[in-house]
Amino acid sequence: MLKAKDKIFTNLYGDHSYSLKEAQLRGDWDQTCDLIKKGSDWIIDEVKKSELRGRGGAGFPTGLKWSFMPKDPNKNNYLVVNADESEPGTCKDRDMIRNEPHKLLEGCLLAGFAMNAHECYIYIRGEYYNESVVLQKAIDEAYEFGLIGQNACNSGWDFNIYLHRGAGAYICGEETALLESLEGKKGQPRLKPPFPANKGLYGSPTTVNNVETIAVVPTILRRGSSWFSSLGKSKNTGTKVFCISGHVNTPCNIEEEMSIPLKELIEKHAGGVRGGWNNLKAIIPGGSSVPMIPKSVCDNVLMDFDSLVSVKSGLGTAAVIVMDQSTDLVKAIARISRFYKHESCGQCTPCREGTGWMWRMMEKIAAGQANPEEIDRLLDVTKQVEGHTICALGDAAAWPIQGLFRHFRDEIEEQLTKKIRAA
Amino acid sequence: MSEIFTFNSESLEKVKFALSKYPKGREQSAVMSLLDIAQRQNGGWLSKSAIEHVASHLDMPYIKVFEIVTFYSMYYTTPVGKYFVQVCTTTPCWLKGSDDVVKACKEIISSDQNQLSDDGLFSWMEVECLGACVNAPLVQINDDFYEDLNYENTKNVLQSLIDRTPSPIGSQTGRKGSRAEEHVKS
Repeated sequence: MLKAKDKIFTNLYGDHSYSLKEAQLRGDWDQTCDLIKKGSDWIIDEVKKSELRGRGGAGFPTGLKWSFMPKDPNKNNYLVVNADESEPGTCKDRDMIRNEPHKLLEGCLLAGFAMNAHECYIYIRGEYYNESVVLQKAIDEAYEFGLIGQNACNSGWDFNIYLHRGAGAYICGEETALLESLEGKKGQPRLKPPFPANKGLYGSPTTVNNVETIAVVPTILRRGSSWFSSLGKSKNTGTKVFCISGHVNTPCNIEEEMSIPLKELIEKHAGGVRGGWNNLKAIIPGGSSVPMIPKSVCDNVLMDFDSLVSVKSGLGTAAVIVMDQSTDLVKAIARISRFYKHESCGQCTPCREGTGWMWRMMEKIAAGQANPEEIDRLLDVTKQVEGHTICALGDAAAWPIQGLFRHFRDEIEEQLTKKIRAA
Repeated sequence: MSEIFTFNSESLEKVKFALSKYPKGREQSAVMSLLDIAQRQNGGWLSKSAIEHVASHLDMPYIKVFEIVTFYSMYYTTPVGKYFVQVCTTTPCWLKGSDDVVKACKEIISSDQNQLSDDGLFSWMEVECLGACVNAPLVQINDDFYEDLNYENTKNVLQSLIDRTPSPIGSQTGRKGSRAEEHVKS
């Protein structure tokens, strides 16, 4: 269990003010200039050595991503922070923005400096209106006290931060869709290459990072990469904010050590599964797009990138959605299918047509009106959508369905057969 | 509804700030902000005139702006209630009883979504994940989240708006943010 002294987000629940004064009491903006003076190579190297992996879902090594940015001082490099938190089950960035905005802003300056960017946009989902008001106030305060703007923190580095509000489109969490949206267009993902590090916002080199990824950077640099990498397991290091929702006694957000056992996470922090651990049916461990895992897997699995991949699921955004024995799993996944149908941007045919088709088939199964053989056709369609679209939304729509039938096909077929016989 | 829309002075201040965020020649980046500003001024929805005004302000073709309006779910092209209730029904909320929240909205507001209540005070609609899943189920009313709902306290929240004594925003069970409540073992 994570010790109190190793917590990064000490104001996650908003017990104290988000104001600059109180944030500084918590250690934010403490001698930031000294960290900048150590140079961009030092910062990138520390982040690499910390083994920090992106917290937005894909888990790409952050330091490596930053090192792709061109060093040419004549280029207008951009840092873009992805605060378009929309993956069902996920609500961690919201807490960081409304209660710890200065951790994010200080992280923006350090990351921006490291990747040779003078300009930063934070793209926040439109529904987080009150959070955007808090964040804008924090930005204004940071300007007022010279922490950002010209000669930020007296470091000699000019750095501007702008807030951009979205307007309700899950797809804008995909980094190139986000950039399109920032440019005032429909949020439809771009073909890659070119990758954003070569041609991103307004055609300039750009790195897009998740809120949590950026917000942990100041603490990593202050306490040292070896401190961060001593938490968790190799390549799966540090702390992580988990969102525990669904059928638990006390749902919550909680910062814990990476690689904590799933069972321990739920029992220690979320009051356990409703009706006890044995009442557990299945868990979606990383937000709606990762495949579910049944109780037998939940008993022992560790909560990190590699452990969850080894059980054919994923850490994703670390949004743990718990479903007890009373859950109609087909209905639960059908609702996720409806979500992806709603959120498909319509650009690629397999996704635009496939998400709707998969949703209708899931509803048919949920209503008990499908033949067991139709499950084969559904799974075949998921395979035709997966990997055949510009972005990963198609995959995200396919995986929950594949996960459901991987573990519960016998049970679902039995129910369908019973219904057909009864009819 | 055929009123001509133009930004008022308060909106123009906001427009100026929005435009200041983007490089010269990239004014189109402010289109989402300007639509939001126009929508707020126009009582929560965008008339054709409002969309045209935004387009001319940014020197963009009307169709390009209309495309943005229809792509993003938070722009509305028909009137909404003074209190616009958006009920999250995505799986984490559904698992925790969002059907009951929908039921309460149907009883108090209107049997179908996207319909103004008889007094014009409310409208409601189902939306996708609002991003506060550990406080599920929840609704967004205008800019505010009301969390940890059930059938009863959803009705209380709506009634409090009718009575002009609004319930506090956030958790309706009194918990602080996303912290776990005390768990009493039975």
